[in-house]
Amino acid sequence: MTQIAEPGERAAPGFAGTAAEHKPRTRRKFNIQSVLGTTPMIVTAVGVFVICIIFSIIWSFTNSKLFPNFNFIGLAQYERLWANDRWNISVRNLAVFGVLSIGVSMVFGYLLAVFMDQRIKQEDLFRSIFLYPFAMSLVVTGLVWQWMFDPNLGIQSAVRQLGWTNFEFAPLVKQETALYGLVLGGLWNGVGVTMAILLAGLRGVDSEIWKAAKVDGIPTWKTYLFIVLPMMKGAVATAFILQMTGIVRVFDIVIAMTQGGPGVSTQMPAVYVIQHITDRVNVGQGMAAATMMLLPVMLLIAVQYLLRWNANRKAGRA
Amino acid sequence: MTTSVSIKDLSLNFGNVKVLESLDLEVAQGEFIVLLGPSGCGKSTLLNCIAGLLDVSDGQIFISGKNVTWDEPKDRGIGMVFQSYALYPQMTVEKNLSFGLRVARMPKAEVDARVKRASEILQIEPLLQRKPVELSGGQRQRVAIGRALVRDVDVFLFDEPLSNLDAKLRNDLRIEIKRLHARLKNTMIYVTHDQIEAMTLADRIAIMKNGVIQQLADPHTIYNRPVNLFVAGFIGSPSMNFIKGDLSGTTLSVDGQANIPLGNYQFANQTNGASILGIRPEHIAVGEEARKMPVQMESEIEIVEPMGADTVAWTKIAGQSLTFRAAAEVHLEPGQKVLIGFDPGRGSVFNAASGNRI
Amino acid sequence: MTTEAISPGLSAGTLSGPRGPKPKTVTIGRIGVYAFLIISAVFFLMPLWVMIVTSLKTMPEIREGHLFNWPALLTFDPWLKAWDTACTGRDCNGLKPGFWNSVKITALSVPVSIVIAMINGYALSFWKYKGSELLFGILIFGAFVPFQVVIYPLIIGLSKVGLFATLPGIVVVHTIFGMPILTLLYRNFFASLPIELFKAGRVDGAGFWGIFFRIMLPMSVPITIVAIILQVTGIWNDFLFGTVFAGRENMPMTVQLNNIVTTTTGTREYNVNMAATILTAAVPLVVYFISGKWFVRGIAAGAVKG
Repeated sequence: MTQIAEPGERAAPGFAGTAAEHKPRTRRKFNIQSVLGTTPMIVTAVGVFVICIIFSIIWSFTNSKLFPNFNFIGLAQYERLWANDRWNISVRNLAVFGVLSIGVSMVFGYLLAVFMDQRIKQEDLFRSIFLYPFAMSLVVTGLVWQWMFDPNLGIQSAVRQLGWTNFEFAPLVKQETALYGLVLGGLWNGVGVTMAILLAGLRGVDSEIWKAAKVDGIPTWKTYLFIVLPMMKGAVATAFILQMTGIVRVFDIVIAMTQGGPGVSTQMPAVYVIQHITDRVNVGQGMAAATMMLLPVMLLIAVQYLLRWNANRKAGRA
Repeated sequence: MTTSVSIKDLSLNFGNVKVLESLDLEVAQGEFIVLLGPSGCGKSTLLNCIAGLLDVSDGQIFISGKNVTWDEPKDRGIGMVFQSYALYPQMTVEKNLSFGLRVARMPKAEVDARVKRASEILQIEPLLQRKPVELSGGQRQRVAIGRALVRDVDVFLFDEPLSNLDAKLRNDLRIEIKRLHARLKNTMIYVTHDQIEAMTLADRIAIMKNGVIQQLADPHTIYNRPVNLFVAGFIGSPSMNFIKGDLSGTTLSVDGQANIPLGNYQFANQTNGASILGIRPEHIAVGEEARKMPVQMESEIEIVEPMGADTVAWTKIAGQSLTFRAAAEVHLEPGQKVLIGFDPGRGSVFNAASGNRI
Repeated sequence: MTTEAISPGLSAGTLSGPRGPKPKTVTIGRIGVYAFLIISAVFFLMPLWVMIVTSLKTMPEIREGHLFNWPALLTFDPWLKAWDTACTGRDCNGLKPGFWNSVKITALSVPVSIVIAMINGYALSFWKYKGSELLFGILIFGAFVPFQVVIYPLIIGLSKVGLFATLPGIVVVHTIFGMPILTLLYRNFFASLPIELFKAGRVDGAGFWGIFFRIMLPMSVPITIVAIILQVTGIWNDFLFGTVFAGRENMPMTVQLNNIVTTTTGTREYNVNMAATILTAAVPLVVYFISGKWFVRGIAAGAVKG
């Protein structure tokens, strides 16, 4: 289980924190071609990510139904939103789904990465197996697991036919367990990515740290947990943010696997927004929900900004 | 004198690549051995084998009389200091020093005593509650040395510990390591590619190339009596002048243009034929001084490099380039004709074919 | 065994004892490592196996409930049906229209989005102008924004210019939402190139486009491979934008697959459903297995959102 410098794969390229400020390059005079060349970016950044969001927020204060209007009704849509069980359950579902998915994915992903790091044979084969589900769409993921969870013909029946006649494993049919079924499907799709990111992080840790720990007589598991893991904050943050953004917008897998049911047990905010725009023709309400979805993202950005500010302050002091 | 570390017939292969080949090395108790060589010569690999961080392919390693060939690093009675310091970044200096001891379930009083002693020796007491990021490079390396110190072991291993430091810090810390050795009198095995470090620190230097120790001797011998062309060329800056010629008896004929009498040179096993005379730039005298030398010749200066403390000049004898070092006061300029001279007794003669000293 | 004492400090018989490499023993830990990895591998492979065997079974056999068994009676009819005749509501043309729609959408969106992002990254690295960093900041913010927040105004905007529910419309949408990641990818790539390259180009008299086409474009082949992998799999697998923006005419494969599986009336044909699922997953899977390590790099690159 030695961890001597391993040639070959090092940290993944362009990892964590690459968006950090680059050193200012030489100043040059204004170039009109540069502006012309980036017209699509200007239109997208301003037109979509600023103006569209502003319109979403504006319409959330109106009573827009099928078509948008500008009859402002104050915070009425938000009051209605938070009085709506369907929304409240969506939010709660998202929280449970998010905490479970991220928690299990991090633990399982790190375990896989650590075990992959043991100079095993066939590392590439295992990596391919853990990662291939991510290449498939979440619709495919949802449909496959829906089929496997089928109460009459899926895993449950297959195991029962082996003799365990009381075996129960059909989470999607019960309100209390449907969400866990969704979590399992999502994990199957995404754990490999967490594993790949964390493994890259593991391999990026200075090999001399491993040597020092060996000389110090620190058991391998303690080294992984107390020394190496805290050293790969970048990889952990990357994996976390990747999952976070995916979870807030979770939509495809819900539609394919449960359509929000049974009842509203797997209803999610993203589904709520789309349903109000399309089927329920209540744009004002949908926009209020969409605006609420922006909050966690804002929070995440604020936290990140604070962390970076703090790091800069520390670096400045040292 | 007792043996502290003993390596017998050690080999290491990575696949088909032989990194170390049948290597033997005896290190005496309290000795400071430096493993010196160009990158890829196997010096760090050898150190890692001694530490138990690499599994050897063949041979044995003894530390303090105990066969540790199959032992875990922690059971070998060694402490190790690394180039990148390898401090645990999220722990304070104190935790860094004590982590290994606490993992080994040493009583707290004993841990504290050892940390206290190590931090006193290294004068890092004020830093104990800081984290590695808050330390300078020099301070970090002291902590890293401290981590080896608290282990209270017989043998210290250093893997290029100063290479990440800037030149001035490197000099300061070098002195400190020397002081530390004088005080602790532990056995130290020190890997470096820096010949100044090797010359200043070592009791004996082992110069390595391609996984083989070329010469193992005290710095003075290494410098003055290199056993082969590799050692002669590797040590010294600017490096030794090599004058190719044909040796017959005690005369070296250089391209038929010049004959250099080697009367003063003490041959170990003289062989006639293609030979190389090695003479260090600092052993070549110029001007009045040159007149006292057994070998003298006129030559024309090509390039002058003033170094401040002295001056290095480039010239040619019998078509072969030659550098010499002159005192800074001596005025030299390109095109100038000067008299140079040297004493072959201070030089080295090598057989051109084998590269070995004769 | 006994030799002349090589070192006086060591007792006789020093050449006995352990020698050479430590013998490798199969430890419990080692077995545990492989056991964990193999059990995990089984978990990850199980759905693929189930998909394949189910798609090759006849419906009567499926109803027996042996989910994991290899088909007793091998049939390829479900595959033909899934491709050719499976029904979505009234249309019974199978998945093939969806497949060709996805091909069209992907073939158009991938080059357009990549070319635009490449120019963005190039300009952001070498030709910054007042406000360009702010624009980039907004774009990165866009990578985090849940799509639902911008979807509705975008629908209205695209309707106004007559692009809603058209092929160009969905291409525009994919270009917009691919832009943050791809621009970041290219910006980081160009920023990692030595600035001297750019300066040399300037000294030689090349301008914005000259340097782009003659120096930067040829150098960005590797990163473009990563971008292509990222975009092909991302766009092929998209469901939300396809549902909302493509319209009935251009419905991509994922949407059609979902419709086939979830809106079937009467008896559900699980074998056809699974064949359809495999067919939909086939393109990104092929990309994945061909690209290998590049795919991992693509993920890592795509993960650079922080």
